[in-house]
Amino acid sequence: MARKLMKGNEAIGEAAIKAGCHLFFGYPITPQNELPEYMSKRLPEIGGTFVQAESEVAAINMVYGAAGTGSRVMTSSSSPGISLKQEGISYIAGSELPCVIVNIVRGGPGLGGIQPAQSDYFQSTKGGGHGDYKLIVLAPSTVQEMVDLVQEAFDLADKYRNPVMILGDGMLGQMMEPVEFKEREIKKVDHSSWATVGMGDREKPNIVNSLYLDPQELEDHNHKLQRKYDEITANEIRYETYNCENAEIILIAYGTTARIVQDVIPMAKEKGIKLGLIKPITLWPFPYDVFNDYVDSTKAFLSVEMSMGQMVEDVKLAVNGKKPVHFYGRSGGMIPTPEGILENVIEVLGGLE
Amino acid sequence: MKHEVIIAGFGGQGVMLMGQLLAYSSMLEDKNVSWLPSYGPEMRGGTANCMVIVSDRQVASPLITAPSALVAMNLPSLTKFADSVKDGGVVLYNSSLIDEEYQRDGITSIGLPFNDLAVELGNARVANIVALGSLLSATDICDKDSVIDSIKSVLPERHHHLLPLNEKALEKGLSLVN
Repeated sequence: MARKLMKGNEAIGEAAIKAGCHLFFGYPITPQNELPEYMSKRLPEIGGTFVQAESEVAAINMVYGAAGTGSRVMTSSSSPGISLKQEGISYIAGSELPCVIVNIVRGGPGLGGIQPAQSDYFQSTKGGGHGDYKLIVLAPSTVQEMVDLVQEAFDLADKYRNPVMILGDGMLGQMMEPVEFKEREIKKVDHSSWATVGMGDREKPNIVNSLYLDPQELEDHNHKLQRKYDEITANEIRYETYNCENAEIILIAYGTTARIVQDVIPMAKEKGIKLGLIKPITLWPFPYDVFNDYVDSTKAFLSVEMSMGQMVEDVKLAVNGKKPVHFYGRSGGMIPTPEGILENVIEVLGGLE
Repeated sequence: MKHEVIIAGFGGQGVMLMGQLLAYSSMLEDKNVSWLPSYGPEMRGGTANCMVIVSDRQVASPLITAPSALVAMNLPSLTKFADSVKDGGVVLYNSSLIDEEYQRDGITSIGLPFNDLAVELGNARVANIVALGSLLSATDICDKDSVIDSIKSVLPERHHHLLPLNEKALEKGLSLVN
């Protein structure tokens, strides 16, 4: 199939539709507006439904309702808007409903700015809302990867009855790259045992709920959720490694930052420095184990992020004190340059001699 | 082969479209491309720019710190980006709106009256296409025919009567630089 030049935000929309998502509920915020705009145009054409809700809170609760029927449904926002959605996300996770939530991250905290950032890592991977729950968090680094992961996100959401978050950033949402929509089979899952789609032949109604007033029942529910999270961790970890064999320093970066690091590797090589890159694609579950493959052969790790250092904590857990872990980041919408990263690498190496 | 192009100007001068056409045309030639816009709170009259990378290898960072070519459609854009152009690079600036001359060792810098040339062609709004033509002849990033094809794809059908004008504008631009 021919490649199309598409903006990241629009490509997410088309990928979702190709994955069988016909329902979208959202509320505008920069830098993800092209996505709801695209859905508002495309969904009516295919008999789907687009609603611009009165607020982010309303939008996520519309998603909660639609997901309760087992339908493929998506919402999107950017950082401050995702904060507003946290209550609904916790309810959706507690009720074990499938849906896809897109966060095109901008600088924070507070209203922050509108330029790209990765400062919602903690919020996405460690909770965000209340209670013991996990989102599957997918972090694409190219528009093509975004398309592929959005299609996959719906399958994962259905398979595990769990909300999946696509974590991009303003740059990825705004930029254009060639994309190809690969024909892929939609993995249909039978939701009739729990979804609220009418009584049919059943004797008892299906009820979607996250309220368990009996503490023992709620603890049992938490154990059940935990077993599911363990299963996801066992089966769904995704990452890529570049050049890690015999690398002096291994950089860890995801999303846009991973692309920038890929330009640093040849620059460092010219200076005689061998760099590797571990690029987590699932931020939760985080690829802790891959670090074991390289922790003995490398001198140090450097986490590069567009935040004040959020992923660095997971890197430290993975490295487990065996080698030094450093951090380099820019924030507030500032983007690390290859030159800035290389300078930091040289500093880290100097400190090691 | 890797071209890193910054196209900058006032909002409304068509710099985003110019970049998109460059990326689209190069994609049609099976090259790897990326197009990254500035997306601040820009408006008509404010500054806008986009960064286009065309490469025979996969595009890693879409961000350009040292462009191999700059098209500056107004003075603030020239001031902001010209000194970052790398050795051997090209600066094309719009002398219709920029009175001062820009020259620097190690680069090719040419002032061309894009607006005046567009007016001569009968439509001030094709200044961006004239500029794109001059960029093509100064850099050989892609073929004229690919650009014509992409204008056809990007321009809505109801505007297709403007195709001959755009082709003329592109050819005008191509003839400006040797």
